[in-house]
This record gives sequence, structure tokens and C-alpha cells, in this order.
Amino acid sequence: MPEKSPEITREELAHLATLARIDLTDAELDHLAPQLSVILESVASISGVAGDDVPPTSHPVPLTNVFRDDVVEPGLTAEQALAMAPDAEQQRFAVPRILGDEQ
Amino acid sequence: MSDRIHSTAAELAEALAAGSVTSVDLTQAHLDRIAAVDGDVHAYLHVDAEGALEQAVASDERRAAGTPLHALDGVPIAVKDVLATAGLPTTCGSKILEGWIPPYDATVVARLKAAGLPILGKTNMDEFAMGSSTEHSAYGPTRNPWDLDRIPGGSGGGSAAAVAAHMAPLALGTDTGGSIRQPGAVTGTVGVKPTYGGVSRYGLVALANSLDQVGPVTRTVLDSALLHELIGGHDPRDSTSIDQPLPGLVAAARQGAAGDLAGVRVGVITELAGDGWQPGVMARFEESLELLVKAGAEVVEVSCPHFVHALAAYYLILPAEASSNLAKFDAMRYGLRVMPQGIDSPSAEEVMRATREAGFGDEVKRRIVLGTYALSSGYYDAYYGQAQKVRTLIGRDFAAAFEQVDVLVSPTAPTTAFKLGEKLDDPIAMYLNDLATIPANLAGVPGVSVPSGLADEDALPAGFQVLAPALADERVYRVGAALETALTEKWGGPLLAQAPSLESTQNGALA
Repeated sequence: MPEKSPEITREELAHLATLARIDLTDAELDHLAPQLSVILESVASISGVAGDDVPPTSHPVPLTNVFRDDVVEPGLTAEQALAMAPDAEQQRFAVPRILGDEQ
Repeated sequence: MSDRIHSTAAELAEALAAGSVTSVDLTQAHLDRIAAVDGDVHAYLHVDAEGALEQAVASDERRAAGTPLHALDGVPIAVKDVLATAGLPTTCGSKILEGWIPPYDATVVARLKAAGLPILGKTNMDEFAMGSSTEHSAYGPTRNPWDLDRIPGGSGGGSAAAVAAHMAPLALGTDTGGSIRQPGAVTGTVGVKPTYGGVSRYGLVALANSLDQVGPVTRTVLDSALLHELIGGHDPRDSTSIDQPLPGLVAAARQGAAGDLAGVRVGVITELAGDGWQPGVMARFEESLELLVKAGAEVVEVSCPHFVHALAAYYLILPAEASSNLAKFDAMRYGLRVMPQGIDSPSAEEVMRATREAGFGDEVKRRIVLGTYALSSGYYDAYYGQAQKVRTLIGRDFAAAFEQVDVLVSPTAPTTAFKLGEKLDDPIAMYLNDLATIPANLAGVPGVSVPSGLADEDALPAGFQVLAPALADERVYRVGAALETALTEKWGGPLLAQAPSLESTQNGALA
């Protein structure tokens, strides 16, 4: 457990935003960092509530794998799938370059 | 039937069956009401007048031929904008999906269409269902029909306000931490969160998969039961869908409305009261308890000691799931694509970052960052792992409580509707609205909110929540309907009859 009262600094927020693939403006960094620290402080009370013997719950009902019969079912046509794409070319999604200069 | 827009869905279904009204009449009356009052309320993001009337014409033809598809065939409905509707815009209240038209229907929407219910339009919501006031919608807030300066609850404030303002007899909502029940409480309407897995999530744009559930938003408990039976039941397209028949919900609502609760054990949750609970909300809650006792129920107090940690667990689990779910909004296959300023030939990652900056609002950014933090290495065990363990303890609290009682009750929300803007930039104050509704989502159990009356301080609606064990949804309908009947008798009519009419000339009265 982190011992001191948790905090998200402006620098940490910028790093987290990069991980989450969101550009944040300077004004947003100033505005959101203290709010996130307050939220984090209020949820930090959860530490120590449950002992090691308590198993985690990921879903309210037990999950079992579900199979369906291996038969073809109708799906979307290429036109339907591409109809709302920002850009399409030759029946494919057209996307910006995915490799950097150094790659 | 009193008139076209003030009648319940059950009454409308009877009138359609008797031939005293047509679906075209009903649908047009609701479209007229929308035109008259939604400029003020803003419950709808999109109204499909043409499509709804086409469906109504087809419904009337089926009635005339003696081949209705369902008892509710021809009764119009509104759909929360988080559910995919083929051919109708689905934005989730976000700029990132502005103008997106899904190529498929959510299973619940397909079931509405298969039963012949005309779809009036899509209702407003907090962006991606993150919020308790509908103020986080990128398209502007919905206003509470009881007081246009106040919030209608959230995230499903649009559906609740549409039903409260008689702009639809029925609506669909979704409830991840209270987004059906809390808007129900603050608008004087009825909302049900079914057992997790009881209603298909296929085509519901996921906020938090392990918590989300689709459910009915209506003005009466019986109407919710009718709609729940229509949309519920197994769906092979949702791997968490429960593969067994629903219990008899309509029958349970009718049984409850008969007023006899003899032998029913009701538990009042100790932890969901006290400081911070508005006195007028508590007063209506206590009165409602007395009515349940009068109906024959045995009321006891039950402690659920870990509920005090539910809010903290929820605000770790939900952001964690949401940050993962919303990663799909990457500007590549659908939705907004924004090119970053001042970069020649930007990379896909740079485009994604610029798009999410422009397309997401503050609350979505807050929760994605929080979720990213809670899931990052070094913090995972301390936050997300702990939250999942607390989830186990909350489930155990429910299990222990339901060994003593048949249903658990509390006020639905700690306060009545607050003013627009009051809590917009104070996330913690906003989160506290869901204090009483969140435990049900963490444990997957069903719950209803029924109007309990108007608080003395502000003459605004309060809600009474009934929770039951998973798969025992019929219990919330039975107890909810019994309370509704007793209260309606006491008030001399439905609570909504006391709401402002919102327009000087009343639409919809039958000539």
C-alpha cells in the first residue's frame, strides 16, 4: 500500500493521459489534477477493508464460457461496416500512418 | 382511459385492444407533446416523427387484421441514446459519436420492434452514462419537469424526464450505479434495474460491463413489469445473459397492487440513513414503511456493514472498466477523427490523442485517467484488487441480509433534485447521489425506485428503493406495486398529477 495520502501530480496526470491516449491542454492539467487527487483520497479508504482471505469478485454472477453452434450466421456487409468510418478505401478502413519515423 | 398522454401504458394497451384509440393517434399525441414542451425540458436528443408514425400505421394495420404482435403493440416508447438503433443516431451523449448511425439494433431494441412499439426517439444522458445529473451530456442538460432549474438525475435523466413530462408512456434506461433508479426518484417516476444478466446488454454501448443493466423507465410499477417482460430473457448474443425464464413480473405487480403483503419480511438497511440524508426524503421513507406495515409486511432493521465502502469500490471498479471499454474510440473505424494541429502527416496515435481530447468531456477524461491509474502496475493490488475484494464483502452482506428478510429497502437517493450547475465541478458531491443505488450494481441484484411523495422542504419528489436477491425480480414488483397502490390512494391520484403542466394549453385530451 502507498503509505502517504495519495495524490496525482500535474506531471503524473500528463503521463497517465499519454497512456490513455488523450491530449490534455495546460488548462485541463491544472483543472483536473487537484480533482483527481480529491477523488483518489476519497476512494483510498478502501485499503485494509478486506483481508487476504477474501477472494476478489470480477462479476456479480459466475461466468462460464459460452459456445454457439459452428454455423454461419448473417453479419454486416463491408458497406455497412464501413458506412460510418472516418475514411475508407478499397473496402477497408483508411487510417493514418501507424509507424513513427524512427521505425 | 383518461387521455392519450396521461394514461399508463397498460391503459393504452387496453384502449388499443378495445379499438377506442389508434396507435397513430397515440404516437401523434406524444409527438405533439414533445413539440410543445421539449424545447424547455430537452429530454430528447433525436426525435424520429416520421419513423414512429410509420411504425404506428403498421401497428394499426395489424390491429385491424386481428394480428397484433404483443399487448403493447402500438404503444410508443423512447430509448436512451446509449442503445444501438439501426438507422437512428446513437451518440451516448458524446461528441465523439456525433452523427453515428449504428448498422444494427441492440437486442432490446430489436425486441421492441418485433413487438410493434413505435420508437419516438433517443433520450439525453450524461456522456457515456457517467454522471448523476445529465449535465455531462455534450448536447446540453435535460431539465427536471418539476422545476426547470433543477437536474432530472442521471445518467438517464432524458428517459426519466420524457416519461415524467408525458412525452412518452414508456422508456428504456440503463443502470450502472443508479442511472435508472436515481432519475426515477428525483422526477417522481418508476425505474427498475433488473438482475444482472436478466436483460440483454448486446448493443448497449458498455460503460462498465460487470455493472451495466438495461431496464424499464415508466410512470407505474405495472408498466415497468410489462416492459421488463418484453425486453428480458435469454439472449445468445450476450455471454452474461441468464439462460432461464424470467419470473412472472406482471403477475407479481398485479398481486402487489391488490395490497396484501402478509408474511413479507422487509429489511431497512441501517447504513443507508443518517447525516447527509435530507429530512424530507427520510420523512417520506418512514411514512412509506408505515404503509408497508399496514399492508401486512413485517419490517425489521438489517445491517449491511460493508455498504459504507461501496462508493469507493465502485469508483475504482467503474473507471477501471470504463477506461478499457472506451479505448475503442480510437478515431479509426467509427466516430470522430480530429487531425492534430501543426503536425505534418500525424501518426495514428497522435490522431487518436487529438480526437479523444476534442471528443470527450471532463467527466469522461477524469474517469479514464482514474481507471488508467487504478490499473497501472504498482497500484493495481492496492486499488482495483482491493475494490474487487470489497465487492465480495458487499455480496456477502446481501446474502446474509436476505437470509433474514425477503426484500431490503432504503430511500433511493439522499436528496431531492438539486439545482443545475450546483455540483457540476465537484465530482465527489456528484458521486454521493448514488450512495444507495450502487450496492445493487456491485452485487447484481434487482431494484426498483417508486415515488414516495414530495419532500416538505422543497415540494420535490423523493424515491423509495426496494432490492431483492438476484433472480427474484418479482419481489421488487410485488412490494413496489403494493406501496404505489397505498400511496396513490393516500394522494388521491398519481404523484405526477401534482407536477407543473409545462404548457398553458393541454395537448392530448380525447375529444
